[in-house]
Amino acid sequence: MVQINLPQNSKIEKGEYYKDKTGSKNIRKVNIYRWDPSTNQNPRLDTYEVDMDNCPSKVLDLLNKIKNEIDPSIAYRRSCAHGVCGSCAMNMDGKNGLACTKPHSEIKGDINIYPLPHLKVQKDLIGDLNNLYKQYHSIEPWLKNSKKNDNKENLQSIEDRSKLDGLYECIMCACCSTSCPSYWWNGDKYLGPAVLLQAYRWIIDSRDEDRKERLQKVADELKLYRCHTILNCTNACPKGLNPAKAIAEIKKMLATT
Amino acid sequence: MSKYNIIDHEYDVVVLGAGGSGLRAAVGLSEAGLKTACISKVFPTRSHTSAAQGGISAALGNMGEDDWRWHMYDTVKGSDWLGDQDCIEYLCKEAPRAVLELERYGVPFSRTKDGKIYQRSFGGMTKNYGNEPVQRTCAAADRTGHAILHTMYGQALKHNTKFFIEYFALDLLMKNGECKGLIAWNLNDGTIHRFRSHITIIATGGYGKTYYSSTSAHTCTGDGNAMALRAGLPLQDMEFVQFHPTGIYGHGTLISEGVRGEGGYLLNSKGERFMERYAPKAKDLASRDVVSRSIAIEINEGRGVGNEKDHVHLHLDHLDPKVIENRLPGISESSRLFANVDVTKEPIPVVPTVHYNMGGIPTNYKAEVITLNGSEKVVPGLMAIGEAACVSVHGANRLGSNSLIDLVVFGRAASKRAAELIKPGSPHENIPENETEKCIDRFHKLRNADGENKTADLRLSMQKTMQSKCAVFRTEKTLKEGVKEIRKPFDGMDSISVKDKSLIFNTDLVETLEFDNLIRQAIVTMDSAYERRESRGAHAREDYPKRDDDQFMKHTLSWCNGSKTIIDYKEVNKSTLSNDVQYFPPQERIY
Repeated sequence: MVQINLPQNSKIEKGEYYKDKTGSKNIRKVNIYRWDPSTNQNPRLDTYEVDMDNCPSKVLDLLNKIKNEIDPSIAYRRSCAHGVCGSCAMNMDGKNGLACTKPHSEIKGDINIYPLPHLKVQKDLIGDLNNLYKQYHSIEPWLKNSKKNDNKENLQSIEDRSKLDGLYECIMCACCSTSCPSYWWNGDKYLGPAVLLQAYRWIIDSRDEDRKERLQKVADELKLYRCHTILNCTNACPKGLNPAKAIAEIKKMLATT
Repeated sequence: MSKYNIIDHEYDVVVLGAGGSGLRAAVGLSEAGLKTACISKVFPTRSHTSAAQGGISAALGNMGEDDWRWHMYDTVKGSDWLGDQDCIEYLCKEAPRAVLELERYGVPFSRTKDGKIYQRSFGGMTKNYGNEPVQRTCAAADRTGHAILHTMYGQALKHNTKFFIEYFALDLLMKNGECKGLIAWNLNDGTIHRFRSHITIIATGGYGKTYYSSTSAHTCTGDGNAMALRAGLPLQDMEFVQFHPTGIYGHGTLISEGVRGEGGYLLNSKGERFMERYAPKAKDLASRDVVSRSIAIEINEGRGVGNEKDHVHLHLDHLDPKVIENRLPGISESSRLFANVDVTKEPIPVVPTVHYNMGGIPTNYKAEVITLNGSEKVVPGLMAIGEAACVSVHGANRLGSNSLIDLVVFGRAASKRAAELIKPGSPHENIPENETEKCIDRFHKLRNADGENKTADLRLSMQKTMQSKCAVFRTEKTLKEGVKEIRKPFDGMDSISVKDKSLIFNTDLVETLEFDNLIRQAIVTMDSAYERRESRGAHAREDYPKRDDDQFMKHTLSWCNGSKTIIDYKEVNKSTLSNDVQYFPPQERIY
């Protein structure tokens, strides 16, 4: 028989309830996934009542407020706070995004915050992205160009440069890859939308001399063709990029060369 | 001591920090065949270099005639003659080569019609020694830092750099005044690691988070600076804190100077282009300290906009929407997200916001750390680069786009110097155990701290004090109050509390250690500012409005032991590196 139940230690239990102490009339409930690897306990969902009259607009502000004023033990990654570093990617209200750019006013009812789906959780909202980083390394994200002229730049037309728009802006937050069912099931072999978008960024760079080899390298049943154009990736990208299109372009190039 | 199991490593060089400068150094070290470790508390592409927008300066001359000597003059003038001219010569002369190298690494620079790297105007960058604006700032739209950081990370991967990611560095290991490595805490599994190295390169960036409102990331806590202080070394010119003229009002998000470089301008509540009054020639493209002070004066004199009249407007709605779309897409996005503004139709509400630290760990142009012990001396085994360092190429005020170039030029310089100094694989000396014990004791004490003061509250108190007492304009009175008040959050550490006692991703403890780092830097910043009784660059004293070259054309050095500081001074280097250029003597600084 196939085992389809979740393992016992992954069941999420009801956690602590932190009642508001400010007496605010404008309270929202925030439910946050908690798991501490140094205990043997199951993950739990803690609930915090937050005074919204004194909370700036983004989900990250809400988390910071909870960490600063209610519970300093809660763990999440964060850095730039304006959507360029990609640290604070998480699942909010069932959707992946950056906590620093997601307004909490867009969320109706209780605010539910989980780590990015289908990653090994390291603690609370911190997921393990090492697999994605290794896959990123595997596509060799550096320019391959044999010209050795120290005193000149490679020339690139405005048109050729514009082909990198929508690609080089990727912040590797992993919102796309962790929203992709194919990546959930085959993440060990399928490169996933984030890494394929990066692969395409180098494939399409007019300065790169390794296009053919790069294409051949990803032309693989598992690495590339596990993309079934579900488009969750494009839907999830907090930078408005279109990884699904980049994957389609790779497939097209392979089909036509 | 037995409380923690310590894992030992040996490397030729350890680079602490994986932003633009740390990665550039790591790449150079790997190329030189040195066994190199690069340690970072965040994954490299999360470093704050990613937030740099407008560009990287270099006299390439792609948009008209340019000369590195003009760049040098602008940088000297921008520094208000506090920069060391030998180092500035090195920076500006090396800059074109460094940018071309970045291009060949793969940085997706924007392009001119003939396919060359696009360059835009930036504050203080001029032609022919101050005559008219020049387009010298090389740009990848308005995401230049992001583009450079990701490209540099790719290069590091190409060279198989050994990374230790999400390791939080605790302290330097010193022996008889030499640096022998460092100790770091692995957040992933909670283990403690001791790295022995012939050279340690600090590339930990600035400490903007000492202030309440800054463009800095949450992680900009100047950890390396504080490690240097704890190792008994001085920091240099800490009073020089750059306020960027255009942070989004209320949120602090950076709006690039590139906006003004592309033709944007500032307006007050009367609809005046007030910069014309303060900088008749350069107007909105005067250097940052000048523009920030002008905005502060407009606000102080009641000509600010908004209900509280406490900010001004940055207009780019007159620009061709195509220019905005192609060259300023990032700030359009930020303005929409954080100011709810459509930049093609409305102005952006902006206010001067803490942005950059000119001060840091004193070094020479080879990136070797300098201390004062009777006379100036190199600290063997220790280097510093990037915002953490004070070379000093920025002096009292950095020009926009001179920081990205600083990262790559001195990142490379450090790797070159290290390659000269070290024979790969040479044996390591023993380090006395008491250094490790001292470090672990501090760590253990903070981890188990069980007092009444929340780290977040102490941090807030420090930030508010810095914001109100050590701002754009300073006086004897505010600084005197500041010197006293800034010690309260320091004293509060005696009774600090850390709720999370675990070792894996204990961000409660990370923030407490970061606060411990920040507060020391806040103290030396305040004390250094108090002692400098003149106005120079970003340090504007209302009670001493003039620059005083007789008394203060010198670098401040500050040591810190607990909350006690020692302030001393070091001469500004008045000679150039070669005969290719002559020393620029001090002039009145008018834009």
